[in-house]
Amino acid sequence: MSEKPKIAFYWCASCGGCEESVVDLAEDILMVADAVDIVFWPVAMDFKKSDVEAMEDGSILATMLNGAIRTSEQVEMARLMRKKSKILIAYGSCAHMGGIPALANEFESTEILKYIYDDAPSVINPEKTRPQMSYRDKSANITLPAFRNIVRTLNQVVDVDYYLPGCPPTPKLLKQAVLTLLSGKLPPKGTVLSPDIALCEECPRKDSKPAELSFTHFKRPHLVIAEDDKCLLAQNIICMGPATRSGCEALCINGNMACSGCFGPTSRVKDQGAKILSSICSNLKATTEVEIDKVLDEIPDPVGTFYRYGLASSLLRKKIPEGI
Amino acid sequence: MPEENNKNKWEPRIIAFFCNWCTYTAADLAGVSRLKYAPNVKVIRVMCSGRIDPQFILQSLASGADGVLIGGCHPGDCHYSEGNYKMLRRFRLLQRILKSMGIEKERVRLEWISASEGEKVKTVINEMVDTIRELGPLGIPLNILEYNKDLIETKTEENRKEEVEYV
Repeated sequence: MSEKPKIAFYWCASCGGCEESVVDLAEDILMVADAVDIVFWPVAMDFKKSDVEAMEDGSILATMLNGAIRTSEQVEMARLMRKKSKILIAYGSCAHMGGIPALANEFESTEILKYIYDDAPSVINPEKTRPQMSYRDKSANITLPAFRNIVRTLNQVVDVDYYLPGCPPTPKLLKQAVLTLLSGKLPPKGTVLSPDIALCEECPRKDSKPAELSFTHFKRPHLVIAEDDKCLLAQNIICMGPATRSGCEALCINGNMACSGCFGPTSRVKDQGAKILSSICSNLKATTEVEIDKVLDEIPDPVGTFYRYGLASSLLRKKIPEGI
Repeated sequence: MPEENNKNKWEPRIIAFFCNWCTYTAADLAGVSRLKYAPNVKVIRVMCSGRIDPQFILQSLASGADGVLIGGCHPGDCHYSEGNYKMLRRFRLLQRILKSMGIEKERVRLEWISASEGEKVKTVINEMVDTIRELGPLGIPLNILEYNKDLIETKTEENRKEEVEYV
């Protein structure tokens, strides 16, 4: 019996949803399990880091790594998986663009630790105890990874071959990616494995999108029941569709929720947030500063709305701390 | 350009996007009128202030500019009828994003300067250079280099193994 190609999965700063999406392959996971050997998958199978270290460099066909990179351990693991794999795939929004964890780039790491260990309403910590990076007792020297000051995308740490976008990627895209890998007909390096067109193109409500939008106000999704057959932008609800790559088959739209942009921009766009800002502002009706601000103030958190998944990969990347 | 004898001294670097029909023509006028203004501004001509993608502004800052100046036609005067309004709206929202990202609002400035206002080009540029000089460098590329020091610090697998070894 010839040896099957080896596949590994790993997770860094992520919620576990990407791991869930692998299981969501349902029966197709049997097809995957038939075709490949899964050699490392901490969430589901009992392999150790030392098992990976013992492998030959480049002996894994592909590693799908999900999650953003925040700690020194994650950097270390990303480097290890890179070394052992022929192909490294950034799996899901966090590895691709920073994802939700990258919204922490609006804060300094010291601010975050202070909130978590001192200020959060559920915390009682009068001695202001903080986790230490190392602790020595009689029998062992125990260490914790360093918590870095910036959240990174995978490609800001190691070389990445392909990107599988989404929060999480759909089983369909994963299946396609695995089939592509096995076929050996690989796309050019750096390809995002999803169609390179805007979501609006595959949106079931495309026909109801007016040629010219003219916003006079915005409605927040939790304060309104949207009509389920009309373009959400035409209903004054911010939808990231125009600035987001397609491939998800408009899952959120079909659930009557606006697109929040998890597939990231198309290849022509560098900064997803700036692009949707540009599009939305162009279509505002107001022309004076006072009127414009009145409408735009109805978007209470522009960074969290436009850069929900992409702050780490955006042009600015991280908030500039005060007083430096 | 900074003077020869203080090469190491920081000088504000400002990228300006001027619309072809008004502000760029005004800058030309400032030139032929021999008005003197600070040399810290690099002017990029665009056909309309409405052509200025917010990505241009962010890219300038991310590439090391200390400020971005945008010049367009006065409201109502746009050669393409409403490009400058588009710029104004983008500018208002972009300012809020910049604030959230810790960038002072004075670093990105929008001015309406018509073709006949050569004098205003001079005043605005000089004012902006003074303001940015006061604020100091923005230095985004340097910040990123600073953050990336931790990638060099991160231990290799080999010496980390020693660290967790039981004693």
